[in-house]
Amino acid sequence: MQDFKFNIYDLSSFTHWVDVSLYSYCTPFWAMMWEMIIIGVAMLLFYAVIGLFLVYAERKVCAFMQNRIGPNRVGPYGFIQTVADLVKLLMKELVIIRKSDKFLFYLAPFIVIIVNFMTMAAIPFAKGIHAIDFNIGVLYIMAISSMGVIGVLIAGWSSNNKFSMIGAMRSGAQIVSYELSVGFSLITMCVLAGSMQLSTIVEGQSECWYIFQGHIPAIIAFVIFLIAGTAETNRGPFDLAEAESELTAGYHTEYSGISFAFFYLAEYINMFIIASIAATVFWGGWMPFHISGLAGFNNIMDFIPPFIWYIGKTFVIIWIMMWFKWTFPRLRIDQLLTLEWKYLLPINLVNIILMALIVLMGWHF
Amino acid sequence: MKSFIKYISDIFSGVASLLKGMRVTGKYFFSPRAIVTQQYPENRHKKGKKKLEMFDRFKGEVIMPHSENNQHKCTACGICENNCPNGTIEVISVMNIGEDGKKKRALDKHIYRLSMCSFCALCVKTCPSKALAFSQEFEHAVFDRKKLIKILNKPGSTLMKGIE
Repeated sequence: MQDFKFNIYDLSSFTHWVDVSLYSYCTPFWAMMWEMIIIGVAMLLFYAVIGLFLVYAERKVCAFMQNRIGPNRVGPYGFIQTVADLVKLLMKELVIIRKSDKFLFYLAPFIVIIVNFMTMAAIPFAKGIHAIDFNIGVLYIMAISSMGVIGVLIAGWSSNNKFSMIGAMRSGAQIVSYELSVGFSLITMCVLAGSMQLSTIVEGQSECWYIFQGHIPAIIAFVIFLIAGTAETNRGPFDLAEAESELTAGYHTEYSGISFAFFYLAEYINMFIIASIAATVFWGGWMPFHISGLAGFNNIMDFIPPFIWYIGKTFVIIWIMMWFKWTFPRLRIDQLLTLEWKYLLPINLVNIILMALIVLMGWHF
Repeated sequence: MKSFIKYISDIFSGVASLLKGMRVTGKYFFSPRAIVTQQYPENRHKKGKKKLEMFDRFKGEVIMPHSENNQHKCTACGICENNCPNGTIEVISVMNIGEDGKKKRALDKHIYRLSMCSFCALCVKTCPSKALAFSQEFEHAVFDRKKLIKILNKPGSTLMKGIE
């Protein structure tokens, strides 16, 4: 058995220690089960904390952009406001819709949540904190994260309500369109990285982040990813799926209490997932900011733990997405489709060719 | 070719106009001084901060301004009482005999029921001698509704000289 080692800069020794000690105490089957339970509980806690914090952050950011103060009564600076909101939602009645499809109606929020969990499993949070490292991690994340729309469609259909249905159909059209842009901008970065494995992608950015390595096409891909990612999470200015002024609340009109909270939380976690993919692929995930040649500067940057780097980058991208939401008005459905099919897609296709050319000629840093 | 140039220029002009909007909100985000919201109970008496004050034309409650010699301008003519749509005001007058032996009406009590007032300002506007005014007081909550019945003239006050 190994000695206990906890190194904040390299958590793989800690996770390895947990793994080895579990296998030495239990049979392999139970050791694996225990590992799954530990990871699941950790993810669940992280999910709840991040979800609550993001709701608070959204309200604060929105307030500051509109010259307001935002939540400021519950706790210092209103910090426990969202906890109070959650307690309220937990205690509220679950209204049963008489003519709804009850099984699907209660299933829909869980599909959205499960999809979130499956995506989060493949995200590298820090060195060694990475639940499962597929060799096709980017493809897996792409495939799973777009499954969330099934939950949205089920919610809209089973509510037996025309507003919910319209919202769900809009969400479907939106995902089908913008999934292309997300995919193509990630493919552009995979061309540069030469790998789809997320751990390899992060390791490849130890010298310089990919957004700087790939210069022009990487920046174009990053901007397109941000736009398409915002659209994919159904957030404003692309929030046609809920569009409160037209469809009351879209697909979750009929939901109440905790099943509404699930949808609400899932929306924010989707934003977190999109932001962490952007941070991982473009900004180097947990990799500190390094400038090759400046050893002193690099050492100072290495002093900050990788998890802080990861969270910091993710929150900067989340802040940019909130900035979008609270600046731009909502698009019409035809404007939404025009933006995707006439602008983002052609630019993206040209961008891939440009990136391939740059990689072939060795013009990247 | 022309349409292609338009396509490209559309992209750039679109991005430029989006950035213009983002610059405004971004500037607001990073300038906490731009916040216009006031936090109510805190801005009443908090040290170092400007006390909450209402603007001049704010209709807080009807008052009767008195001079430093405890003199008011009310002649007890009752025009405010007649004009009031809610029956808020009740003017009680007394008949005094003046120095020249003539009977003269004077104000005894000007009763103002704040609980019935709709702040329409008809009393203040129609007062011929400008005896009534609005104060900037806005915290009217009390625990006893009797406290909402106010007598506007101060005890022992007299009519200002030169007002008939």
